[in-house]
Amino acid sequence: MTRTNIALLVLITCVAALPLFGDAYALRLGTMACMYAIFALSWNIVGGFAGYPSFATAAFFGLGAYTTGILMNKGVPLTLSLLGSLVLCLLLAAALGAVLLRLRGHYFAIASLSLVEVFRELVNNATDLTGGGMGLNIPLVSGSSVLSDATFFFYAMWGLLLITALVVIAVSMSKLGFGLNCIRQNETASNMVGLNSTLYKAIAFGLSACFVGAAGGLYAAWVHYIDPSDVFDILYSVKPIVMALMGGLGSPLGVVCGAFVYLGLEEVVWRNYIQIHSGVLGVLIILLLLFLPHGLVSLHAGKIWRGLTGRKAKHV
Amino acid sequence: MSKPGHEILHLSNVSRHFSGLKALSDVSLSVNKGEVVGLIGPNGAGKTTLVNTICGVTPASSGVVTFDGRDITRIKTYQSARLGLSRTFQIVQPFAEFSALDNVAAAALFSQPGESLKSAREAARVHLAFVGLDAQANQSAATLTLAMRKRLELAKALAMKPKLLFLDEVNAGLNSAEVERATKLIHQLAADGITIVMIEHLMKVVLNVCTRIAVLHNGKLIADGAPRDIIKDPAVVDAYLGQQYAQRNAARG
Repeated sequence: MTRTNIALLVLITCVAALPLFGDAYALRLGTMACMYAIFALSWNIVGGFAGYPSFATAAFFGLGAYTTGILMNKGVPLTLSLLGSLVLCLLLAAALGAVLLRLRGHYFAIASLSLVEVFRELVNNATDLTGGGMGLNIPLVSGSSVLSDATFFFYAMWGLLLITALVVIAVSMSKLGFGLNCIRQNETASNMVGLNSTLYKAIAFGLSACFVGAAGGLYAAWVHYIDPSDVFDILYSVKPIVMALMGGLGSPLGVVCGAFVYLGLEEVVWRNYIQIHSGVLGVLIILLLLFLPHGLVSLHAGKIWRGLTGRKAKHV
Repeated sequence: MSKPGHEILHLSNVSRHFSGLKALSDVSLSVNKGEVVGLIGPNGAGKTTLVNTICGVTPASSGVVTFDGRDITRIKTYQSARLGLSRTFQIVQPFAEFSALDNVAAAALFSQPGESLKSAREAARVHLAFVGLDAQANQSAATLTLAMRKRLELAKALAMKPKLLFLDEVNAGLNSAEVERATKLIHQLAADGITIVMIEHLMKVVLNVCTRIAVLHNGKLIADGAPRDIIKDPAVVDAYLGQQYAQRNAARG
């Protein structure tokens, strides 16, 4: 295993200690951080490894949320419902991926974006099943105290993040990861050396959707109420891309750092600039991308050190 | 002409058109095991299209392609690669971020079922050494010179354990020393018994290496036969070689 992958697992393990120090607010933030990290890691499979910029995160987040919501309303326990979300998103995304991933570049981006709209409209119109625009109430899971509820969902989301990270690391070291890397660099050559690129892309799209779907399910159970405009929010598609760009495209450690930094920025900006928060956040993101185009992982400790000592030498 | 049983590739009446443009019309050709066939013709004659059609990149609009006794007319590109059809590209197609080693390893990994990344890398070293790139094994493909990238293409094609190898202008853009080196490699491959179909503009190389020549012009096969006959064929002289070449050749005897 490479050093950065070990660093990633260490980072995730550190996050697990949060409940020892935090209150309910910190736990809520921690749960969001884990969810964002799941988004970013998942997006990275298809966007970072295979090089297909997907805007479908929100589609599978919403689909997962509604699947779990509906199953739990029918009396299915949480774990099974989440599994249902995961499997449904995996299979549906793999099937859709085999078709959509024949498009490249901008065309694929727009097609994946339209998935969000299609799923939202489907959910909006299937009123009997989903409650349509009225939204869907989801039964409480633990329901004891606020803090124990928060701790439960924090650990559930954290566990899902850990599984996602392990799968992504496994993919990055496997023949699948190697093949996706080939596809990103040169798809013509990939086919020519005997790589079944359609199959690989479909698997990648399935994997990038399934954990997002499960996270959606967990989110639904956590907030107890979902409606289409909330879970099919296009921002859920855009944020993972920003996180991945901020952290460093293609690197699992990078995108998780990107997710945490993004959430931190979002919180700080939201608190201090309540009127103009999206504007400030936008400017910050543009500045980061301009001055750190390869993301946070491109900041090597050694380079910073050399930069500092070099500057010192000039002054002396 | 060709002994049955020894035939490895057969095209019967293969046509390919891109909407109005007829890139290949009614091409019938067969290649026997162990042959080195030169495919020549002016620019736009359909040479690369013919290779693309055989490999499944642009499947034939009509006609039948059989390889090793199997109909491969409608086959997918990756499947043809696994059957033992491999090729180099006229415009080199490396995995630019990968090292030379991983470029070749990718070819070994995906064309052979059950190959692991580790064994693919080991196999890759052998092929890199064969084309003389062992010193550049860990260098990224983007940093190699054109001549090296052409040889990298060759190493990739060889890593796929080809039964039939298409070489699409491996010598284009190379200087004479590099051409000589590449020609030597082709000779070596032919000696190893690999069947080769090569698209080539340098007649010196074609005559040096090929046992047979096929000539395409405007998508039609206008000649197919032994090199000494082909260069005297008036149709070929008209379409491709030119009077000057024919006279020079005649003068040389």
